[in-house]
Amino acid sequence: MENDKERGLESSLRRKLLMGMAAIPAMALMPKYAFGAGPATAEVNTTGLAVTDTEVTVGILHSITGTMAISETGSVQAEKLAIEQINAAGGVLGRKIKFIQEDGASDWPTFAEKSKKLLVNDKVAAVMGCWTSASRKAVLPVFEQYNGMLYYPTFYEGLEQSKNVIYTGQEATQQILAGLDWVSKEKKAKTYYLIGSDYIWPRTSMKIARKHIEGHLEGSEVVGEEFLPLGHTQFNSVINKIKLKKPDVIYCAVVGGSNVAFYKQLKAAGIDLSKQTLLTISVTEDEIDGIGGENIQGAYACMKYFQSLDNPNNKEFVTEFKKMWGEKTVIGDVTQAAYLGPFLWKLAVEKAGSFDVDKIAAASPDIEFTKAPEGYVKIHENHHLWSKARVGQVQPDGQFKVVFETAELIQPDPFPKGYQ
Amino acid sequence: MFADYSLAELGSIFVMQGFSGLILFSVYLLMALGLAIIFGQMGVINMAHGEFMILGAYVTYFTSQFFLNYLPPLFPGYFFLAMILAFIASGVLGMFIEWVMIRHLYKRPLDTLLATWGLSLILQQLYRSFFGAREVGVELPEWMMGSVAITDTIEVQINGLFVISLTLAITVAVALLMFKSRWGKQVRAVVQNRIMAGAVGINTEKVDRYTFALGCGIAGVAGSAFTMIGSTGPTAGQLYIVDTFLVVVFGGAASLLGTIASAFSISQAQSTLEFFLSGSMAKVLTLLSVVGILMLRPQGLFTLKVRR
Repeated sequence: MENDKERGLESSLRRKLLMGMAAIPAMALMPKYAFGAGPATAEVNTTGLAVTDTEVTVGILHSITGTMAISETGSVQAEKLAIEQINAAGGVLGRKIKFIQEDGASDWPTFAEKSKKLLVNDKVAAVMGCWTSASRKAVLPVFEQYNGMLYYPTFYEGLEQSKNVIYTGQEATQQILAGLDWVSKEKKAKTYYLIGSDYIWPRTSMKIARKHIEGHLEGSEVVGEEFLPLGHTQFNSVINKIKLKKPDVIYCAVVGGSNVAFYKQLKAAGIDLSKQTLLTISVTEDEIDGIGGENIQGAYACMKYFQSLDNPNNKEFVTEFKKMWGEKTVIGDVTQAAYLGPFLWKLAVEKAGSFDVDKIAAASPDIEFTKAPEGYVKIHENHHLWSKARVGQVQPDGQFKVVFETAELIQPDPFPKGYQ
Repeated sequence: MFADYSLAELGSIFVMQGFSGLILFSVYLLMALGLAIIFGQMGVINMAHGEFMILGAYVTYFTSQFFLNYLPPLFPGYFFLAMILAFIASGVLGMFIEWVMIRHLYKRPLDTLLATWGLSLILQQLYRSFFGAREVGVELPEWMMGSVAITDTIEVQINGLFVISLTLAITVAVALLMFKSRWGKQVRAVVQNRIMAGAVGINTEKVDRYTFALGCGIAGVAGSAFTMIGSTGPTAGQLYIVDTFLVVVFGGAASLLGTIASAFSISQAQSTLEFFLSGSMAKVLTLLSVVGILMLRPQGLFTLKVRR
């Protein structure tokens, strides 16, 4: 209710403001407002975005209902934290960030509709949002048509690049190749069993993994590949197959709630993950919360971020996150990537000296964010991030112990040659 | 497809897959029993069945937390208490729902579909508000994990055995209740002819309420058992509802024996196909054959003989 009232007030303000557009040149000469010490609105917003002298509005678009709510809650929390921190430090170009949150409801057409609402009606300057590739694919044409800016936080299958999107998670090669190289070298692995949920991300990932295993890792082979329906809870048959094949590595991209069933049944079937190597690209601290640390301890995950990362940026981030959202919350890879979004946008706006989407898109490459919890990130020309790949081993308390990280930042390559 | 394996391996494959199929059978039967009572006996299409299961799962979760925090020495046995509590919680909620909503809809069975679907959405949102959107993990006592090795390649999972015996016990109890007890006779009388049953002095309203509560209570126990294998989250119930209806409809709605037979054939087909084909393919083939058989026998595998 209160929110609605606020929104009503805000939109009436905006209407007044728009009506008073003619007066803007005069306003530019007026003294600075309370929050703002930034440049005049007419200079930094030539495309009619929701920017006033004291405020700029952005959108948050995630599922807070439906099946994806479990995963996307963390992203929303991280984005709100980032916005609050930016505001506390003086905002963007002297303007306080306000946000409008919309619910995609785990339904891809709804995502498209809400993104249109945010861009056309609310005229938001940027949107932090989406989680599944399906939702991103649904909103992409909207962002391109109405020239919006999307900060997308999830690690994904690659094969995409847009002027209107900054991808703050890893694309496939940054997660898969480094992890497989590590397991091949460190565990002397030769045989691999691939298992994933049956939709685009695991399938594309496994295709890349198979190419890499068979083409680049000497003497290695894939002894089995299996895809199970989303939400599957009966893994006994697959586990029986794994037991017969005795692979050196189980390579895993099972997503969401299915993971709980998978790891509980693995353990019940007597597969001890401290002896059987398992490398996953889809289990973060969030999923372990549901699986239970004792059911998955010993497994490895390849991500770019773990809550347990030992660096000053991350310590501060974890403390602040828990202060805002409660001591019991956990922070996974995607949550951290979502946290990067508002900061990268702020840096781009400041570099461009403007809120205009075209200018931000052009200014984004080479932006560095040194306060990133994962250490340091830089935006590549292809709008993905340079990042490290890390391998962590699950501890009984549900946290990861980092056992490996790449020495250098890995260059993002959404269209890897020879892997498609 | 057989060439990859040696004869000894093939032998153990069939034993292991047979056992996996048996576990799946128990899971399907546990899910479907409650629904078969409500749908089969009362004609109510209960779309909120999955949510009653998840209530049982949440009750189990909170019982496990309670024992972990306050009574750690008794933790190994908490599961039995949790199942009883799950039965009571789901049963009481079922009774309440019957009184508020379902009893007004007995003459309009199709409307129960819409009403209970709405109910399932409401319950999901309530769970999300009270328990949070994230999935919770239920900790199991040590004795329930692990497996018994029979030979090198054949291992039997303890929680699988547990689910199987639980299903067996509940099925026998329901059968006795339905076919041997006085109350069961009343239920069957009400199902066959409500007006006549009322005329001979059966309190049909009371029978309806307890039958509905019993079906929901069994769903709660099923949910409690599923915490051993699956995840517990506000929307997890949705995962089960399609399979559950599949089993009940395939078996012939009004027949408990049909439910058992259909759970068995679907699970064995699924489990065997899964081994030689992919998981998704197995599901597709199973569904296709169910559709095929239902086209030949629209009333399901087993049905009561009724005069039309």
